[in-house]
Amino acid sequence: MSLPPRPLHLAVALDAPSRPGADHDAADHDAAHFVALARLAERGTLDFITLGDSFARPGLDALAVLARVAPTTQHLGLVPTVTTTHTEPFHVSTAVATLDWVSRGRAGWTVGVSTTEADAALFGRRSAAPPAEVWREAGEVADVAARLWDSWEDDAEIRDRATGRFIDRDKLHHVDFTGGSFTVRGPSIVPRPPQGRPVIVVEVTGTAADAAAPADRVLHEVAAAHADVALVRAEDPQTAGAARAELRERARAHGRDPGSLVVLASLPVELDSSADAVGLADLIRDWHADGAADGFHLRPADPARGVGLLVDGTVPVLRHRGLLRRGYAGATLREHLGLPRPANRYALAREAS
Amino acid sequence: MSPARPGPEARGRKQIHLAAHFPGVNNTTVWADPRSESQIAFSSFEHLARTAERGLFDFFFLAEGLRLREHKGRVHDLDVVGRPESVTLLNALAAVTDRLGLAATVNATFNEPYELARRLASLDHLSGGRAAWNVVTTSDAFTGENFRRGGYLDRADRYTRAAEFVATARELWDSWTDGGRPRPVDHHGEHFTVRGEFTVPRSPQGHPVVIQAGDSPEGREFAASAADVIFTRHSGPEAGRAFFADVKGRLAAYGRRPADLKIMPGVTFVLGDTAAEAQEQAAEIRRRQVSPQNALLAAEQIWGVDLSSYDPDGPLPDIDPDPGSELAQGRVRIADPKAVADSWRALSRAKGLSLRETVIETTGRQSFIGTPEAVAAEMDAHVQTGAADGFILVPHLTPGGLDAFVDRVVPLLQERGVHRTEYSGTTLRAHLGLPEPAPRAGERNRNVH
Repeated sequence: MSLPPRPLHLAVALDAPSRPGADHDAADHDAAHFVALARLAERGTLDFITLGDSFARPGLDALAVLARVAPTTQHLGLVPTVTTTHTEPFHVSTAVATLDWVSRGRAGWTVGVSTTEADAALFGRRSAAPPAEVWREAGEVADVAARLWDSWEDDAEIRDRATGRFIDRDKLHHVDFTGGSFTVRGPSIVPRPPQGRPVIVVEVTGTAADAAAPADRVLHEVAAAHADVALVRAEDPQTAGAARAELRERARAHGRDPGSLVVLASLPVELDSSADAVGLADLIRDWHADGAADGFHLRPADPARGVGLLVDGTVPVLRHRGLLRRGYAGATLREHLGLPRPANRYALAREAS
Repeated sequence: MSPARPGPEARGRKQIHLAAHFPGVNNTTVWADPRSESQIAFSSFEHLARTAERGLFDFFFLAEGLRLREHKGRVHDLDVVGRPESVTLLNALAAVTDRLGLAATVNATFNEPYELARRLASLDHLSGGRAAWNVVTTSDAFTGENFRRGGYLDRADRYTRAAEFVATARELWDSWTDGGRPRPVDHHGEHFTVRGEFTVPRSPQGHPVVIQAGDSPEGREFAASAADVIFTRHSGPEAGRAFFADVKGRLAAYGRRPADLKIMPGVTFVLGDTAAEAQEQAAEIRRRQVSPQNALLAAEQIWGVDLSSYDPDGPLPDIDPDPGSELAQGRVRIADPKAVADSWRALSRAKGLSLRETVIETTGRQSFIGTPEAVAAEMDAHVQTGAADGFILVPHLTPGGLDAFVDRVVPLLQERGVHRTEYSGTTLRAHLGLPEPAPRAGERNRNVH
């Protein structure tokens, strides 16, 4: 199989290791810990870092942590998980848009859901719902968030002193979204973010064809319809490659350019020594050569140790082999990923009419 | 401070608490000024926050609005429009400041206690104990159209929900044991049911500082029972003293001391080299804030009818207001538009003012106008005579609107011994001289101030 046309993309998860019985580590609540890891990742010219989140997960709000990290980095993409089940879609949209503003165009968002009764009990508003149902809703939240990001056209702010108008209100739009469980009127309170739309990330497992659970099929549909980046948890390059092909085919069925969906293999990695770091570089080379993915999302068992070994051990080997860039060419996460800045749907509709 | 100089306490003067309001969405921000920069770029927020920290302010304050205001069914286009989401922005500002308190306005009507308590505790951790939450409520279904819960709550329910919201957040913030483990929370109230473990350990301030804005009897009572700071509109000396005495008088019923609640009016300022120059500048700022278009708009808010055929430089409309009008959405409702219209007409006749001049005269008066010496003296007098504990300054310009105050007034307040010359603590509670909430055994020595 020939190499995919785009360069190798590399991302790393900063999620704290799961430590049964001892889940609360002071470092998980310390800004300096995350700032140090993010700067390290930036030195390794990684495309982005992810930080997982759920209401039951010990630790700080992931989007808050990456907003705190934003001014301490220049190029690195920042991708927190934000859940959609017990939250307000309007708030999710404005928080992610704000992360894009404070990072000057480096925000992404991993769409998350809550499926447990334990999470539901923290809110007391609704019972836990089957995964397929909450993922359908998550797809709607991703959809309305993107509409809200578009609800201001890029040139809506005019500051026209002659007429006294700060904005051209013809360039602000009600989204009037009706989903299965919520409605949103719009427009957003936040102007369109620097990337137009922050990068939407959806994490899937294997291929939908193999998946018995209806939730997995919904999840693949959500990724194909709304994601800019899909993270595929697969144990071998064949499964990852098949998932990539399938997701792109589904994206095409949604009227999208299949090339606009970046598919990364998401791998747990145990890095304890320099030898492990070089071993990882070999594995990445092999999977990449097999066309398994457009790149990799690495999940070190212990980020505090693993990110350092990745950046100082794996990255130099990949660069030496010509697989990984030596510096950032662009300024935004979309630019790192080779994704165009999306045209504004309302501006397009206006121009078409 | 040099050891020879008497400390503020020695001189027996009450310290002035200072905060800065980001000049956000409204017509008080003079956006047409050539020095006006982006309202949304991070650099603007960074400049204002760093300036406030340079001035050793207590905190930086962000307002919130969850729906863009509309007029005649369309988004209002004369004011500054568009702002970031507060808590996210403040987390980023925590990276570029060290001591400054970071206050987010977050609505208690369209949020849920568990999620918001977690976001605020996260901000408190990530800023090293500098988080504050300005609790507001919303009554209109217009804003509710952006949210799952939709609809709205009537006035009394808004405050009972807000009070239960704050109490529930505090239950969550208090739920960790001395041993550093979460204790399950089991809250069953009128508005909220929250069961489970809070996954964020106790934050550096224990509880982020709670601010309340609002002036109704329900609002004052809520502030007296639950708030650390009250953000008021009463900036004049007489109204300020009456408000101050009323609110401080309500604290004892809740077992609180007068010093436990800081009263901070939102104020504007205009500085000049001479009193006359300051007055002239203040008048110029008012002319810019109340453009001919804005004057008509302000009148339409009262009359509730389309006044676009009227001349802003001519007389006031002689027709009566429409009390049931829904012309303006997302603004504060005027209870008795006819009474306001009558008072405007009386003023216009008495002083021979045009519509625009009447609007300038009746709305948005500047609080402190004068030389830096005069402004410092007047602010000091307000605080020493029990009209306020300090001020939340609302500049006219983004992002440079606070520069002159910090450069010219702050040193004079320091000379008067009423403003700190360095931060003595690291947390916002320390700056405000507020007690630590119910410290847990074994942690009493944290953040001593």
